[in-house]
Amino acid sequence: MEITKEAICGTLESNDLLVKVAPRNELEVVISSEVMRQFGVRIREVVEETLLQMGVTRGQVVIEDKGALDCAIRARVQAAVLRGCECDELNWGVL
Amino acid sequence: MGRLRRSMLFIPGSNAAMLSTAFVYRPDSILFDLEDAVALREKDSARLLVYHALRLPAYQSIEKVVRINPLDTPFGNKDLEAAVRGGADIIRLPKTDCAADVQRLEVEVERIEQACGREAGSTRLMAAIESASGVVNALAIATSSPRMDSIALAGFDYVVDMQTQRGDGIELFYARCSVLHAARFAKIDAFDVVFPDVNDDEGFLKEVALIKRLGFNGKSLINPRQIELLHNAFAPTEEEVRRAERIVEAAEKAEREGLGVVSLNGRMVDAPVVLNAQRILELAKPAYARS
Repeated sequence: MEITKEAICGTLESNDLLVKVAPRNELEVVISSEVMRQFGVRIREVVEETLLQMGVTRGQVVIEDKGALDCAIRARVQAAVLRGCECDELNWGVL
Repeated sequence: MGRLRRSMLFIPGSNAAMLSTAFVYRPDSILFDLEDAVALREKDSARLLVYHALRLPAYQSIEKVVRINPLDTPFGNKDLEAAVRGGADIIRLPKTDCAADVQRLEVEVERIEQACGREAGSTRLMAAIESASGVVNALAIATSSPRMDSIALAGFDYVVDMQTQRGDGIELFYARCSVLHAARFAKIDAFDVVFPDVNDDEGFLKEVALIKRLGFNGKSLINPRQIELLHNAFAPTEEEVRRAERIVEAAEKAEREGLGVVSLNGRMVDAPVVLNAQRILELAKPAYARS
């Protein structure tokens, strides 16, 4: 999937995260989290795995995490990418 | 006695924090809402949040219901994909006006189950009745599909359709009785309306006493605070338990002595009375007892 425009998804409430995506020539993932020291590696794993599943190889993905569970991270990243790709249809088979 | 379904807690599908933690309240059923609780611009994100929340291990022991948007909106079918693929036990269809609404949903559910490899028939359906048309067609709706699991009355839209407003309950009396009779005829469960004022415990308990007496299985809830109040109100009192024990003992004694009917304190104890007593004793078990 190709991120063609800037998009945003999520909130900065506790247990949630804010995801911003933008077009770039390379893949760049920037993560900040209140629980970076404990879960930073895991958060990056979930984000990168989600991007891989969706076939995103280029674009900037900025995450501001407020202690979200994996399920919320996956959902917010997926929704932000779909918005950034101006794609309305989801391929459920890849999730 | 089947599984108790006293409380069905509504959780907004767009609220990541509530979706991640709502299982701690231990309602009998949890409803992830993709309809009225979600703003139009968040429908896409909420759908994905609910899909992933449904798969959380913490929710596997709780009955999971998803309220989708109506199928004639741009969101309905997408919501259904997420709910069925995510593993929802039950799909709640809002604004069900006639049997054809359920049958249309059934066709879509069947298609998705087949596409994702889910067991055919494993997704059950709940019809929410929110209009005069729905109430008049309640029996046809309740018997419209073998997947029908339950029927729920939704008060807000119904009273608007009836050109009235929420009050002491008289405005819902016909609808409650109609929906309940349809459910009992179809051998499915019935859920009562949401009680909107979360700070009015007295009013809430008064409404719970009414719907329990009418015979509803439970109630839709919008605040976790109401769960304990509701469960306590549905639990039998000590006096009811003692009476039920006496009835069951008397019935067992009569059976041993080869008697069909027995009298207890001058009142006849026959099969329906014994059945009711057994149900009360089941409700008195620790898992369902008053706290």
